[in-house]
Formats: sequence, structure tokens, C-alpha cells
Amino acid sequence: MAKIDQSKIRNFCIVAHIDHGKSTLADRIIEKTGLLTSREMQDQILDNMDLERERGITIKAQTVRTVYKAQDGEEYIFNLIDTPGHVDFNYEVSRALAACDGAILVVDAAQGIEAQTLANVYLALDHDLDVFPVINKIDLPSARPDWVKNEIEDVIGIEAQDAPLISAKNGVGIEDVLEAVVHKIPAPTGNPENPLQALIFDSLYDPYKGVIIFCRIVEGKVSKGTKIKMMATGASEEVVEVGYFGAGQFIPCEELSAGMVGYITASIKNVKGTEVGDTVTDANRPCAEPLPGYKKVQSMVFCGLYPADGAKYPDLRDALEKLQLNDASLFFEPETSIALGFGFRCGFLGLLHLEIIQERLEREYNLDLVTTAPGVVYKVHKTDGTVIELTNPSNLPDPSEIDYMEEPIVTAEIMVTTEFIGSIMELCQERRGRYLGMEYVEETRALLKYELPLNEIIYDFFDALKSRSRGYASFDYDIKGYEQSELVKLDILINREEVDALSFIVHKDSAYERGRRMCEKLKDEIPRHLFEIPIQAAVGGKIIARETVKAMRKDVLAKCYGGDISRKKKLLEKQKEGKKRMRQVGNVEIPQKAFMSVLKLDDGK
Amino acid sequence: MKSLSVYIHIPFCAKKCNYCDFLSAPATAEKRKQYLSALKSEMQAEAKRYEDFCVKSVFFGGGTPSILEAQAITELLEVLKTAYHMDTQAEITLEMNPATATKEKMESWKKAGVNRLSIGLQSAHDEELKMLGRIHCYADFLESYQNAREVGFTNVNIDLMSGLPGQDMKKWEDTLQKVLALKPEHISAYSLIIEEGTEICQNIERYPALPSEEEDRKMYQRTKEILKENGYTRYEISNYAKEGYECKHNCVYWQRGNYVGFGLGAASMVENVRWTNTCDFDSYLAKCKQPSDFQKEKQVLTQRDCMEEFMFLGLRMIQGVKKADFERFFSKTMEEVYGKVLAKWEAQHMLYQDESHVWLSEQGIDVSNVIFSDFLA
Repeated sequence: MAKIDQSKIRNFCIVAHIDHGKSTLADRIIEKTGLLTSREMQDQILDNMDLERERGITIKAQTVRTVYKAQDGEEYIFNLIDTPGHVDFNYEVSRALAACDGAILVVDAAQGIEAQTLANVYLALDHDLDVFPVINKIDLPSARPDWVKNEIEDVIGIEAQDAPLISAKNGVGIEDVLEAVVHKIPAPTGNPENPLQALIFDSLYDPYKGVIIFCRIVEGKVSKGTKIKMMATGASEEVVEVGYFGAGQFIPCEELSAGMVGYITASIKNVKGTEVGDTVTDANRPCAEPLPGYKKVQSMVFCGLYPADGAKYPDLRDALEKLQLNDASLFFEPETSIALGFGFRCGFLGLLHLEIIQERLEREYNLDLVTTAPGVVYKVHKTDGTVIELTNPSNLPDPSEIDYMEEPIVTAEIMVTTEFIGSIMELCQERRGRYLGMEYVEETRALLKYELPLNEIIYDFFDALKSRSRGYASFDYDIKGYEQSELVKLDILINREEVDALSFIVHKDSAYERGRRMCEKLKDEIPRHLFEIPIQAAVGGKIIARETVKAMRKDVLAKCYGGDISRKKKLLEKQKEGKKRMRQVGNVEIPQKAFMSVLKLDDGK
Repeated sequence: MKSLSVYIHIPFCAKKCNYCDFLSAPATAEKRKQYLSALKSEMQAEAKRYEDFCVKSVFFGGGTPSILEAQAITELLEVLKTAYHMDTQAEITLEMNPATATKEKMESWKKAGVNRLSIGLQSAHDEELKMLGRIHCYADFLESYQNAREVGFTNVNIDLMSGLPGQDMKKWEDTLQKVLALKPEHISAYSLIIEEGTEICQNIERYPALPSEEEDRKMYQRTKEILKENGYTRYEISNYAKEGYECKHNCVYWQRGNYVGFGLGAASMVENVRWTNTCDFDSYLAKCKQPSDFQKEKQVLTQRDCMEEFMFLGLRMIQGVKKADFERFFSKTMEEVYGKVLAKWEAQHMLYQDESHVWLSEQGIDVSNVIFSDFLA
């Protein structure tokens, strides 16, 4: 194979707000560069997980190498590195950006700049990427490309007058984008003779090849037989194969050298050893220092996952282990609940990550799950000077042992049209937000800045935001750090027994309201029994709210006609089946649904 | 010889009642004729199977069996008498609607061997009858009842319903008292259940409010008291009788005796095998000479199934279930199999037991489904 000329490589990504057409543009680029025929194209090639396609978002970064014959007659190698589009995966996004030299900014010709556009473009600029804009969806009747161009120049401050006007959906203007990639995105630098320094921006577990490391070679080179070392985790292995990315396939090659993007396999059994952001070097000739920016990924949101059928506990463990092979950011450890039995406390990057894992467990592994209320990690400072990182409310020490508690805070940016500023500010206020400021992006739109406690936004903040702005508000956040806060544990008692799986940590000012809503919700979810069931919410042993499920007086089949016993039995069996799906707490049978229903307390609002 | 009960389903009525979810609908005379002929074929075709059985009871149910021409019942009973072994003392019941039973029909039934009539009255108030979609008024019923007595029926049941929309205790007691004055031998008093798909269920908002659960239970309790004062014993959840007049046929269902159902959608259980005839009218007519072709949902009951049924059917009887019977049928003690369940409900005063029997308490009867479902595996 001929040596690849570094000056003919372009490593880039596409940044955009969700739904502005990033994946569609990626598909068109792959199509136009002729790597695949149109017939081979699946819609949205980059998003190859079913779930991603259904939700219309990219979960795991995918990367593809294509060859483009430019108008200057030269062949260029394009490494298009896909980035996840959700705030939960911000760190992955930052690592993928670090693997690029430039970025295409896609802006919707009708909607203009949104919160994620800004967040992503600033992230790209922070990584010193050369960014050029393209204006997509010009086929829409509501498209106003000139207005969007001005907005990009005013708000972001990058040149936009000659931005390609395209319709990725209809394949219009794609050639212009490809030429712009050649001319506006710089070729990589780096010396192949230096010691190996490669950035891991993703990894994937393959049952045959082991872990496949996705990396950008910054300095040096790597080939089969090189003994590599991960600088942060210390894992060390001999390279089995290197190569680059076809669309949906791995194409082996002899060597990856400075400036190239490709993959490495080395019989590594678990992605834990190949963390995103880590630096790969040559064990025998290591580089002086790792690439900057490595962070150990921290779970931000925790919840308990329990199999609906207790006997499926080993299946759940196997499934989590399998998912973890591919997802280093998924954390889990066994826990037990009096109400729910054996399960796992699981940690996620955010709520979307949680939902994705939950859905994959249910869909791919056929498990029926009960999920407890998601919570964040609280720091509990005890009177003896020690600090506990609390992920399960049930483990909160006795109040007498607690000096004070801290909770994680985020800085949030919310882009909203001016007419909804009032209602969004009200929402942030309700969620204990601290107003930082507001900037008018243009006459009719503003960027609100708030500090918000993470535990106030993990459940349903996004939904509330959407509903109070008729879908117009967009939102992005960054973890800021921990702050002291007046937190209490809210307990739920059903028939005077505390149900551990329903306890959660809440700010003391919201405790009454939350408690009341939970009792109301549970009253609707718990079926009537032969006796009356009090449902109480308590803080520190003091009851703050109560509802009652009245006793059932009648459940009898008066008539049983013509000896049709089978029909009667089916009825009884249905009743019995319903019971099996319930959890016994003391004398009370609680449907699994009840545990989940309390997660969404705000729907009635 | 083994005992057998025979149920004959007549899926026709003049008009479907608003609460009815049984397999029944109005039909033309031609259809009724075809059906009758198919019924006879089915009974003939199945006769050989029951060579070793003696028929102890027959029940014409529906629908409205009284809608058929008088001759029809005679012909059907004729098939039974010739092709089956009929006990001369067999209880032969026919369900009738006051609007469709003439004195001539009654005479003909009597002659054919029918010895028990079950009259669907439901309420002694015309406005309630109208609301339920019944095609008769109270006066029609009185006339039918009078006729039945005159023709010589000495075993008569009257069906009543409590818990009707807009009904209060006074109205219900009034219905009970009016009926008691007639001194029937048997009273079935059901509490209305709103079944899915019925007229009432679909248009519930157009009806007066249903009594509350508390009121409904009070009516039920009151029924029991009033009937007891008048010499009726409650022997099953909804059935009351003067001594010696318990419906033999119904008891067979609860005590798991053999019974065969003929006709559209009829259910059978013979020697621990259950099945149900097709509910498709045309298919029933087409295959009546080959009944095994339309016998559906055939289920050979396991010992476990039988034990479950023994409990949840037997406990419908007020006297409860006999521990000795359980042991005799299953070679296991009831304690061994259901000890835990019995103890659980006994602790909540939902059922009681002594050396020989297990029976439901008053409160247990009210919520019997909850308890019964606990006997299922």
C-alpha cells in the first residue's frame, strides 16, 4: 500500500443541534464520496443501533473513512468522526472533537441557532478546530438562509456569507460541502517518527476481536506487533490488527501513522482498560507525557434496577456485564431492597443514558425491570469528619451523624424565544435555580443562564421545559461542582411499613409538596385490599402527608352460568397473574408500576 | 352407572337485555328450526359416548328457551329419553321469560317431563324492568306465575337482581316482599355485574347512578336476612331454597359432577375433561353430525387443576367443602396442599374450618374472588 500523504487527509466532524440534519448530511457525504453505491446505503448509516435510529439521536460515536476525488484532481481521505448529540455524553463529544482538525457546523435554515448549536460550536472552538458553517434544509418553505447567516456571524462570530446552502435530505449542495472540507479544514500535523501518541475517542467490544480501540494518531505510528500501553489505566497488550473504518465495517491496513484515524485491536477483553480520553503509546518507546484532557468518567445519575421476576436476577447481572463490555461509563453493583429483593445500583452519565440502558435491557435481553427513582450522588459530611458519597437514599446515615450534605450543581444555558422567558424563569425558580444572567441572541430570542441542582433536572426538566415553551426552548448544561444544601430523606410508609425502594433525597423546602404528590400517586396505583391501607410520607419520622386506600368490600362473581367454569377460572387466573406481578411489603401487594409512577410526579402540572 | 347432567343451550331471545353478555340473540323462525335440528343431531351423535351414564338432571338455558315452539322441548326431551338412560326422577328445568311463555306452552312442557321452571323476573318494578331492557312487565310475570301453578308446576325458581342503577334498599325490599308473597320454592338473587361489551357498560352515563359498594353489600345482607325469615336457606353464593328444593343441576357444577352441554357455546366437563362447543352458528350447524369437530378448548384436567376447582367451586356452596372428600379424590389431605392458604385467610376471618369442613365467612363470600384466586397455582 502506498504511503498516505498527510496533506491529503482531512479529519473532521459535524456539529449541530438535534434534528438539524447532522446524520443526514453524514449519509450524503458518504454517498457522494462513492465508498458505497446508493443501493447499499441504509438510511442514516452512521446511526447503526436500532435504538438510535428510533430516537433519532446518535448514542455511540461512529466513524467512517471515505475517499473524495476533489475538483483539483487529487484524492483526499476524509475521516468523518461522528459525535453523540446529547449533553449526557459531553465528555465523549469532547474527545471525539479532540480527534478532529476541523468541524462542519450544520444550522437549520428555518430554526437558526439553538442551545446545542452554541454548546457544540463553542466546544469545537475550545478544541481549536476550524469550523465552517453550512445551512441545511433550504428546501423548507420557512427557510431564511440570509437571516441565519447573519445570526451565525453575530452570535458565534464566524464567517458565514459563503456558507454552502444545502438540503441534505434532497442531496442539494453536497459537492460544495465536500470542496469546503478540502479547502477549509487543515490537514493534520504530527511526525510519524516521534514516539507513539494516540488519542482514544471511542471503543467497542467485539466478541471475536475483543476491544476495538478507535483512535487518532497524533504522533508516531502503530502496526501489528507493536506493544502498546494505555497511559492512564496502565493496560498493556500487543497489537493484533490496525485498520480504518469503512461504512459499517473494519478494513485492516498495515500501519497507522501520525494524522490518521483508525482502529487498533489487541485481544483486550473489556472496555474498562481502554477508557475514552486515554493516550495509547508504545510500551517500548513511550512518549514523554499523555495527551491533555483525560478525565475519568463519573456516573452522575444513579438508580436501582431490579428484575420484575426475582428469579431473573442472574440474567440481569449477565446482561449488565455484557452491556458494560461496550460501555465503560455504565456502573453497577449489587444491592438488596426489602421491597424489591435482589437487584443492582446502577450509575449513568445522565437520564438519557439511563433510559437507553433500561430499554436495551428490556429489548435486547428480554428483561422486565423495576426501576427506582433516579438520584444523583450526594456528599454526606459526617460529624466524625468522614465523607460518604451517597448513591442510594436508603444508606443515608442517621441525621445525628450528619454534619451537612452537598449536592451537585450544574450551569445551564437555555435558549428560548422571548415570549416564553417568563414561564421558563418560573420553572427554573421552582427547581431551585439561581439566575446568572440573560443575553439577547437576537431580538426575539434570549439565552438564559442558571445554576440548577442536578437532582432538580434529572427527572423531567426537559419535558417541562418543552411543554412550557411549546417545544421552542433548548437546553444544555455542564456540571459545575458541589454545594452545601438543606437536604432531607423523604420516606414512604405503606400500611405503616417503610418502603425502602420509594425513599429519596429532596430539598427540605420541596419535601412537603413531593410527599403529598407521591401519596396521591400511590393511592391511585395501589389496588384496594381487604383492609384499609394508609399511605404516608415522612421526613425524619414525622408524617407530612397521608392518603388512604379504602378497603375492598366486594369482589364476587355472583353468577356462574351454564357450567362455564373455564371462563371463571380464566378470570381468577388473571387476578392471580396480576398478584404475581406485585411486590409484597408487609401485608400489602404493590404493583411494580407503582414504583415507576412516582418518577413522573409532574405530569399533571 | 355414572351420573350425568345435561345442559341444553337455546341461544335465542326476543331482544337482548341491556346487562346480558351471554351467547344469545334474536333470530328468525327459520334459523331456530335449523338450530333445533342441529341440536337433535348433536345429541344423537354423542349418545354412544354416554352409554354408561344415567341422566340425573336436564337444564334448558339460554337465551330464552321459552321462545321456542312448545313442540321443540318435547322433541329434545324425546331424544334424551330414547338415546340416553334417563332417571325417572330426573330434575328437568326450563328457563322462561314471562313474555314468551303461554299457558299452552307450559302444559306441553309439563307433559314432556319438565318439572321445574325458572322464571326470569329480575325486578317487581316496571321502570326497572324497562331500564334493564326486559320485554315484560310485572303484570306479565304475575300471569305467567299463576299459569305455572295452575298447570301444576310445584318447583319454581324466580331470578332477581339487586344492585341495579338507581335502586335503593326500599325498592329492593319491595321486590323481595312481592316475590315472597308468591311463595316460590327457590329464589336466585344476583347482584348486578356490569359486564364489558353490554349495553349498560357502553352507555353507563345514561343510566341512573349505581348504588355504592356499601349500599350494594347492605342489599345483599338484607336479602339473606329477609329470605331466612321466610324459610329460605342460602345454599350457594346467590341461591336460596326451601328445604329439599335446592337446584340439583347447579350443585353438579359446584361439586364437579359430570355434565355435558349441547348446543352453541355450551360447556362440558366429563370425567375431568373440559371442553366448549363452538360459538360460531354456521359452523355448529355444518358439523352437528360430527360434534368432535366443533368441541373446542379441550382440556384434560391435571390433578392440580382438579384440586383447584374442588376448592374454588366447592367454596361457593355455603356448607363449604368436605375435607374427607378432598382426601378421597386426591389421596392427599387438604392441609398438605392448601394448609398455608387456609391459615392465611382464616387469620383474616375470611374462612373457617373445623374437623370436617372448610367454609367461607360472610365477609369471605363478599370478596370470594380474591380468596379463590389464591388456590390457583
